Amino acid sequence: MNSTQPESKTIRKQIKLPLSVALRISLQNIKIRFLRSMITAAGIFLGIAFFVSVRATSLMTPATNPGDTAAIEAANRQTWLVVMSLLMCTVGITNSMLMAVTERYKEIGTMKCLGALDSFVVKLFFIESSFLGFFASVFGFLGGFLLVFLLNLIRQGGEVFSVIHWGAVFALFGISVSIGVALTVVATILPAIRAAKMPAAAALRVEV
Amino acid sequence: MNATEYVVRVRDVVKEYEMGKLTVRALAGVNLDIIRGEYLSIMGPSGSGKSTLFNMIGGLDKPTSGSVFIDDVDMAQLDAQELAYLRCHRIGYIFQTFNLIPVMTALENITLPMIFAGVTADEARERGVELLTLVGLGGRVQHKPTELSGGQQQRVAIARSLANNPSIILADEPTGNLDLKTGKEIIELLKRLQTERNVTIISATHDLKMLDISDRIVWIRDGRIERLERREDLDLQVGEVEGVSG
Ligand SMILES: Nc1ncnc2c1ncn2[C@@H]1O[C@H](COP(=O)(O)OP(=O)(O)OP(=O)(O)O)[C@@H](O)[C@H]1O
Ligand SMILES: [Mg+2]
Repeated sequence: MNSTQPESKTIRKQIKLPLSVALRISLQNIKIRFLRSMITAAGIFLGIAFFVSVRATSLMTPATNPGDTAAIEAANRQTWLVVMSLLMCTVGITNSMLMAVTERYKEIGTMKCLGALDSFVVKLFFIESSFLGFFASVFGFLGGFLLVFLLNLIRQGGEVFSVIHWGAVFALFGISVSIGVALTVVATILPAIRAAKMPAAAALRVEV
Repeated sequence: MNATEYVVRVRDVVKEYEMGKLTVRALAGVNLDIIRGEYLSIMGPSGSGKSTLFNMIGGLDKPTSGSVFIDDVDMAQLDAQELAYLRCHRIGYIFQTFNLIPVMTALENITLPMIFAGVTADEARERGVELLTLVGLGGRVQHKPTELSGGQQQRVAIARSLANNPSIILADEPTGNLDLKTGKEIIELLKRLQTERNVTIISATHDLKMLDISDRIVWIRDGRIERLERREDLDLQVGEVEGVSG
């Protein structure tokens, strides 16, 4: 191997990498920091499970008559609770992703030294969080739905099967996963910006 | 073409950091020409501005005033994408704390800059194994950084710095976290790469072991170049060396 000077000295623009590269690195990040990833995911899991359990309950109980103001009020209160809990878990995800950025400042700086574009760093964080958001929502749905289903099975017996509307259950699944992923993506905007702005020189920082 | 070829030219570089109302002048007008293929050590006490100079030459931060040219390209003229290209292709970085990506194996760490450069996975793999063998770690392809000793991690980092055949390797205290013997081995490896592969090595350091193998030494103090000497002239100065190793 003899001296290998670069063939041409022109400075070109750094290429944009295919999504698959970011995807692979993001999944590695999740796998290696599994416990931390699970804690991040737990927020979405619980929020979605709660949301689903509330909605599924109404799917499995015979329709209330329209004049029942007490029932309507109770439903409103529940909606309020659900919205609040989803907001809480969004804030929770933002918090834990911000911590992940702080934790990885040196890694992010190093990647930039090696030629990573800001957009690549942003992609890493979005992929990581939407992946967690997706699976947490799927499991949150299953958790919330099965819990309510079993409770109603015990209470109503075989009746539930005639009350339950599977089309609506399926729709609920779609809605929950969409909400879960959307909330995690929104929750990651701030941390991703923070990561993208991390200077390459952060790679040199030595904590004392 | 007999004229000395300069790979880096630093012109009147001033770097100030704003710390609230206070302004810290980390570099106070530095001029430096770095010859292609040389081993240059930047020596100086703690806080003298070595890492700041490293950042300027490496395109990791912008000078407050003055300019830095790499291969005759003024870095101030480059946009973010061109800077990323420069960092990826022209410069290899080595850090005191090794800075391997913890979630990746030794090989993946080395191939990362190649992936950023758009090299195919197969070719990257092949070149990565070659580089690991070059630094004496051919058997550690699948090891994670945490499974390697400090010296081994630094070897992986050195292999990574060579990933895209850079013209310059920039090192900030490469032996700062290593014991005496391991540090010596790393210095010898760097020297070998300089001679065998004709890379320019620029290393900020406190480590006096570095003096023996450097072609030139820049002494920096309070953000200014105090003196610049060639190794041949160095023996006369050994007495003064002691005060610097802070
Ligand atoms: N990001 C920063 N913000 C503010 N001041 C800084 C920053 N980086 C460096 N400085 C200041 O600039 C001066 C030079 O610092 P630098 O890190 O370049 O020194 P050094 O020679 O590398 O020291 P050491 O040998 O301890 O690594 C110091 O006074 C330092 O406090
Ligand atoms: Mg330093």
